[in-house]
Amino acid sequence: MKFFNFHLMPYAHADLAAIADNGSAWVTYSNSHYHPEKGAELYHDYLDQMEFADQLGFDGVCLNEHHQTAYGLMPIPGVIAGALSRSVKRAKIAILGRALPLTNNPLNIAEEYAMLDNITQGRLIAGFVRGIGAEYHASGVNPAESQERFAEAHDLIVRAWTEPGPFAYESKHYQFRYVNTWPRPYQTPHPPIWIPSQGSASTIRWAAKMRYTYAQTLSPIAAVARFFQLYRDEAEKAGYEASPDQLAWSNTIYVGETDKKAVREAKPHLEALVNYFLKMPTEMLLPPGYTDAASMKRVRAVKVTGKTQSLEELMASGVVIVGGPETVREKLAEYQDLAGFNTSLTKTQFGTLPNEMARANMTAIAEEILPAFREREPRPAPKQAAE
Amino acid sequence: MAADYSTSVIAVRGYRIRLMRGGAGDPLVYLHGASGASWLPFLHTLSKHFDVIAPEHPGFGESETPDWLDNIHDLAYFYLDLLDELKLAGAHLVGNSLGGWIAAELAVRSTRWLASLTLCDAAGIHVAGVKQMDTFLCTDAQRLRDFFYDPKKAEAMIARVLSPEQEDVALKNRTIVAKLVWQPRDQDPHLHKWLHRIDVPTLLVWGDTDRLFPKEHALAYEKAIPGAKLVIIPQCGHVPQIEQPDAFVDALESFIGAQRRQRKTA
Repeated sequence: MKFFNFHLMPYAHADLAAIADNGSAWVTYSNSHYHPEKGAELYHDYLDQMEFADQLGFDGVCLNEHHQTAYGLMPIPGVIAGALSRSVKRAKIAILGRALPLTNNPLNIAEEYAMLDNITQGRLIAGFVRGIGAEYHASGVNPAESQERFAEAHDLIVRAWTEPGPFAYESKHYQFRYVNTWPRPYQTPHPPIWIPSQGSASTIRWAAKMRYTYAQTLSPIAAVARFFQLYRDEAEKAGYEASPDQLAWSNTIYVGETDKKAVREAKPHLEALVNYFLKMPTEMLLPPGYTDAASMKRVRAVKVTGKTQSLEELMASGVVIVGGPETVREKLAEYQDLAGFNTSLTKTQFGTLPNEMARANMTAIAEEILPAFREREPRPAPKQAAE
Repeated sequence: MAADYSTSVIAVRGYRIRLMRGGAGDPLVYLHGASGASWLPFLHTLSKHFDVIAPEHPGFGESETPDWLDNIHDLAYFYLDLLDELKLAGAHLVGNSLGGWIAAELAVRSTRWLASLTLCDAAGIHVAGVKQMDTFLCTDAQRLRDFFYDPKKAEAMIARVLSPEQEDVALKNRTIVAKLVWQPRDQDPHLHKWLHRIDVPTLLVWGDTDRLFPKEHALAYEKAIPGAKLVIIPQCGHVPQIEQPDAFVDALESFIGAQRRQRKTA
């Protein structure tokens, strides 16, 4: 299994009570709560952590894009990737991903990724996402046009990377007389494209068809297993067998000395992530048109956005793995076999977790977990004869 | 009681929409707002004096969603096609909120079929410095509370239990509304430049405490449309035709009546 150190770069000094009062850390949580000196220090701590991950032997580091939120301080992930592209010497740099529909000029993304791919000499992984619903409130981009814009922008970027320019491009949302982006990507034909998603069936189907690596965000492991099975099924329909390398599970792992100590240490910080940084009203998460009516109804019915979750619940449903080294190894192996993935996108810092604890966690994962999984591939349970 | 209107499905250049129609008299076309089409009590009242034609916009409820439907301009042109098709000479065009925006866009393009235009708490223009509620970043209940002056009326609306079919329609309507109005929010920055083209008698009816399109919007429309007459309805929010139906119908009928008298004496 490959391990990536996934950072959200949360504003760890956020006033949780003020977030609760506001109902969310997104869009309407005033940036007057941001303290520049503290924030600057966080940026350096977090960049140091990413470089540390490289030194510890993680296979890659992951960044992502979110706007107008204390949940993550990376509205422009290319800035962070640029800062890391020379100091992270060995590991891959994955941006998971740029939100294609939010920009009016997708060629800027083609250019930014191509620059990073050149500077890292081919260590870039290019993630493409639509952005979550809150992004459409923050950017003004019409959520009902999100899917169209994503499809067109993806098409444009891949063509810009692979077809000799200049050529003209005309679609409903984007028109260019000249497409001729410099530099061209370092990797041939282009950086690997990864598709993170919350589990939309149409996205999974499309990613499988395109043979893009699919990354499942924050979900209970049973749901992750279903989504990955859907990917394998769709790959089969498309005429090939999906490799476990095409499936990445985005999780949170915290390794303590013992199970008890790990839970005690991680609890307030992980609960801050899910119950404060991540929380938002349904109207913010799912503006009309962002997703199809059926998914909209499903989400409304389960009221996913309102629930408060304890660390124990998150552990029980397999959203996170927290424990002593032995427990974490057991759980991760169980989940790998259950869901059949070969890449772990692991948040080692989360919520309000302070720098020293995050670094200790990274060290523990590198020493206690990584070696046991280095050569490990998913071992599907043998099929029952009765099936 | 027998229904005082009939419902039919009509096709305009091949695109099917649901159309409610009732009463007799001069044609009066009512363009509904974002919450959708229904035969509300004020339409019943109007049908005593008018041939009331209440279409359900393309993309809403039981009407078809055409692949060309992207913005309010598309609906304005569609309704010009509909007026051509139904040959509604001398029609009184009335629109509330989103429907008012469609009506204004239609009228700057052509008033060929129109005897008059009435905009009621209409979307469509931007007025600098006026605070507006965000209808997409609040719950359904909060939105209704903000729409009404009288909290009791809002609570009565909130208490309604929708059938699964009505829930589906509400979801469909919300989706198409987002597509039509999300950005620039509830307005076309170019519309104000052409409002002077409206050359039929125009009435602006506005709820005094509209929080979505506050009355500054009515004043801006009044300034831009030649000869427009403004009636502000007190103790009334964003939906006068529902919150103060009598005052709304009175304003509309006395405006149309005055126009008729003027035409006779002319």
